[in-house]
Amino acid sequence: MSQASAVMMDAPESRVWRAVCGREDLVLNSGVVALVGNTQVALFYVASISGTPQLFAVDNRDPVSGVNVIGRGLIGSLGGDLVVASPLYKQHYRLENGTCLEDASLKLRTWPARLNGDVVEVDVG
Amino acid sequence: MNTTVAPFDDMQTLIVVGNGMVGHHCVEQLIAAGALERYRIHVFGEEGQRAYDRVHLSEYFGGRDAESLALSDAALYQQAGLTLHLGVPVLEIDRARREVITSADCFTYDKLVLATGSYPFVPPIEGAEGDSRLVYRTLDDLDTIRAAARHARRGVVVGGGLLGLEAANALKSLGLEAHVVEFAPRLMPVQLDDFGGAALKARIEALGVGVHLSRATQSITPGESLRYRMNFAGDDFLETDLIVFSAGIRPQDALARQCQLALGPRGGIDIDEHCRTSDADIYAIGECAAWNGSVFGLVAPGYQMARNVAAQLCDQDAEPFFGADMSTKLKLLGVDVGSIGDAHGALTGARSYRFIDEATDTYRRLVVSADGKQVLGAVLVGDNSYYDTLLQYAQNGIKLPADPSSLILPHSDGAPTLGADALPATATICSCHNVSKGAICSAIDSGCSDLTGIKACTKAATGCGGCSALLKSVFEHELTARGVAVDKSLCEHFAFTRQELYAFARVETIESFEDMLARHGKGHVGCDICKPVIGSILASCWNKPIMDPSLVPLQDTNDTFMANMQKNGTYSVVPRIPAGEITPQGLMAIGAVAKKYDLYTKITGGQRIDLFGAQLHELPDIWAELIAAGFETGHAYGKSTRTVKSCVGSTWCRYGVQDSVQMALNIEDRYKGLRSPHKLKFAVSGCTRECAEAQSKDIGVIATENGWNLYVCGNGGMRPRHAELFATDLDDQTLIRYIDRVLMFYIRTADKLQRTSVWRESLEGGLDYLKAVVIEDSLGLAAELEAQMQVVVDRYECEWANALKSPEKLKRFRTFVNDKAADPDIHFVKERSQRRPARASELNLIPVQETAR
Repeated sequence: MSQASAVMMDAPESRVWRAVCGREDLVLNSGVVALVGNTQVALFYVASISGTPQLFAVDNRDPVSGVNVIGRGLIGSLGGDLVVASPLYKQHYRLENGTCLEDASLKLRTWPARLNGDVVEVDVG
Repeated sequence: MNTTVAPFDDMQTLIVVGNGMVGHHCVEQLIAAGALERYRIHVFGEEGQRAYDRVHLSEYFGGRDAESLALSDAALYQQAGLTLHLGVPVLEIDRARREVITSADCFTYDKLVLATGSYPFVPPIEGAEGDSRLVYRTLDDLDTIRAAARHARRGVVVGGGLLGLEAANALKSLGLEAHVVEFAPRLMPVQLDDFGGAALKARIEALGVGVHLSRATQSITPGESLRYRMNFAGDDFLETDLIVFSAGIRPQDALARQCQLALGPRGGIDIDEHCRTSDADIYAIGECAAWNGSVFGLVAPGYQMARNVAAQLCDQDAEPFFGADMSTKLKLLGVDVGSIGDAHGALTGARSYRFIDEATDTYRRLVVSADGKQVLGAVLVGDNSYYDTLLQYAQNGIKLPADPSSLILPHSDGAPTLGADALPATATICSCHNVSKGAICSAIDSGCSDLTGIKACTKAATGCGGCSALLKSVFEHELTARGVAVDKSLCEHFAFTRQELYAFARVETIESFEDMLARHGKGHVGCDICKPVIGSILASCWNKPIMDPSLVPLQDTNDTFMANMQKNGTYSVVPRIPAGEITPQGLMAIGAVAKKYDLYTKITGGQRIDLFGAQLHELPDIWAELIAAGFETGHAYGKSTRTVKSCVGSTWCRYGVQDSVQMALNIEDRYKGLRSPHKLKFAVSGCTRECAEAQSKDIGVIATENGWNLYVCGNGGMRPRHAELFATDLDDQTLIRYIDRVLMFYIRTADKLQRTSVWRESLEGGLDYLKAVVIEDSLGLAAELEAQMQVVVDRYECEWANALKSPEKLKRFRTFVNDKAADPDIHFVKERSQRRPARASELNLIPVQETAR
């Protein structure tokens, strides 16, 4: 939630929150994928030290292979960044902003996400 | 009519005549030194091909084409300011007008480099013409030899030196019966002494090449049984269908003669230590040049001269040429030959040590100084593994050990090597490109962290390649010295090896990743390195279902979904088919599932059936049907027991001596579901004919009259390794107990993702140590290892059957959590009556972003 609320601070009025699934659909420390319109959104639900898990919404499409698999990648922490490893060719992308650790030219789209009660909401613009 | 091409600006014109190895190297060095900023460069090559690797010319008959022998990409010569004229011989040089004249044009020069090389010497012999007067120097020569060989049975090479033996190899690879005729009483008279020549002769004759020494060819006349007869002094003769002359080279100094440059006493363009000819604007390099009267017929001195001239022309510090080390290491007709420095012990007071092995025709001679402190020279025939060390001793004046003979005597553990740390920074590692140990060290310091990088950055080992092994040892030694290889931390979260973490899990009964991280790691998340490793350790120790909630996030993607992800994000499914034995009903059940879900079906190498193209949400349905038909998961997705391959054994085979299928079933049933540092493959053969290929498996079992022979630690794949015989004539119970112990010891002590073969090679004490631990129980671990294996066996449960019972676990098998749709971006096309992933070119897809890799 801390991540989601931090993003909300930017421009809370302009957010268009769409409910995509329930809290029970998430898998702790791992990813699931929701279809929002034509966009495939990978949702990662990551435990934090404070105890409240963080929620991230990133593009499910792997920019290297062009295949929709990011939501099935392994979560990790590298050099202080929370990252997901592409399951196909193992590049690491920061959950925070979608940038790639290995190749600056690669980036996943990211979207604001939050839990509204037990409802997972995403703003895909 | 001739036209004169003259420069129009301040740029000077530099002309290089000759595009052989040395001329090309000079151009490369010029470009690297920035010559294109001050010179317009014209390069003239008489041959039609741009510079190629003449050292490996005989490989042209072994299947390499002209392009693959080329020393550079064509693009090198397509840069602005650089023009390559191929197939354009230079006819004359007009020094007064400073012009180079070809049949079509004149080109004025400011500076001229002659790199015209050499030509083969053909002694004047009556009757030598056409196919009885072939030479071996250029690709065109090789084409001519190939044409001549088409209807030939036997070919003769005149000349038993280095090039002659190369040519004999070429004839042999053309399928001819090859003979070598040498005037001197031994082969390679320049490089070898009598004993060395004799050992080489014996080896070459053993390869079916005829060697005729002390023969002077007087004339060539028509033959009786073959095309030609070579008549030697005396009444001796030899008949043949073609003759290749390789009796030495002569410097190609015709242009220098024409324009009256000074020549050496025995030919060659006379040069000083700056490679300058008698005309200050003209340089000569390579085999056309004579320094101090001598011509240097090897590529390394030629390169040295090329570097020297390139540096001078660009006003850089140039290393003068004062002769060259003619030490050489070759593989002639597959035989190692090496010659270093004063091979003949001609220097005053020189003393020799010799090792002669007439059983294998191996010869080594070490020539040391009168005071016994330095290596002056050496001769090697049959085994060049001694060469690098001896050369370093000779070149760097390293003080000899108390007993110099130890440097050439056979050692049970291979040739003695001079530790990389004993070499001074000035030691030349690569003599082709003049790369010192110091240069390699600074490349490492500036960030080169792998061997490929070092080669690209320093060019070391990219010439003749002879220094590759030495380069690797220097590189690894330097890395270790810098502490690079010392850090064995698993990742940033765990400063321990897999083995240490395994011990923690066992000793402290750690059953979760969180527990391990809290006790021995950093942070609270882990990463894609440590999570699967610890997931695997926990599975090896406690064998809990990997789909349990606390274990799910640890698994790599294939383990998470218990299927193998393919390139388009779909999965393949492999049901276990124990020992490769399957009923017709079973086959039909798999067929029905494959048909229903339209899965591409292929038989695997491990006697199973792989079903491709399943989407995530289809996996539970597919597995429900397979399990209902009696199948279990095949663990094809895990670092775990894969298959036990078997032959039909004594049940059907007339040669079989044991029931290999039953034993394979026992083994597969026992170890299925066992997770390990890497995948495990097994096989059981019913007799020594070994149809199940057990010797290429991690665990191989071969039936004998009296029981089973056990082989361990083999594998196929990228680096195949034969399994080693571990124990013989075992009864069923002992066989299983030994396999239990070997596997558990491997799981306990191997590094992450280390296969049994690499693990076995890393074991200090080798196979004997492993035998001591497993068979003699030298560590007192045997009972514990067996008990640990029994825990894993007792807790086995088909992971897919377990997952299907739990709606919670099935939650993840949804392509979308909020939609029943399949992934709309997955497309298939039909090929050979089955579907396969569509290629990007077969769709109107948004192009995939390309990476720089």
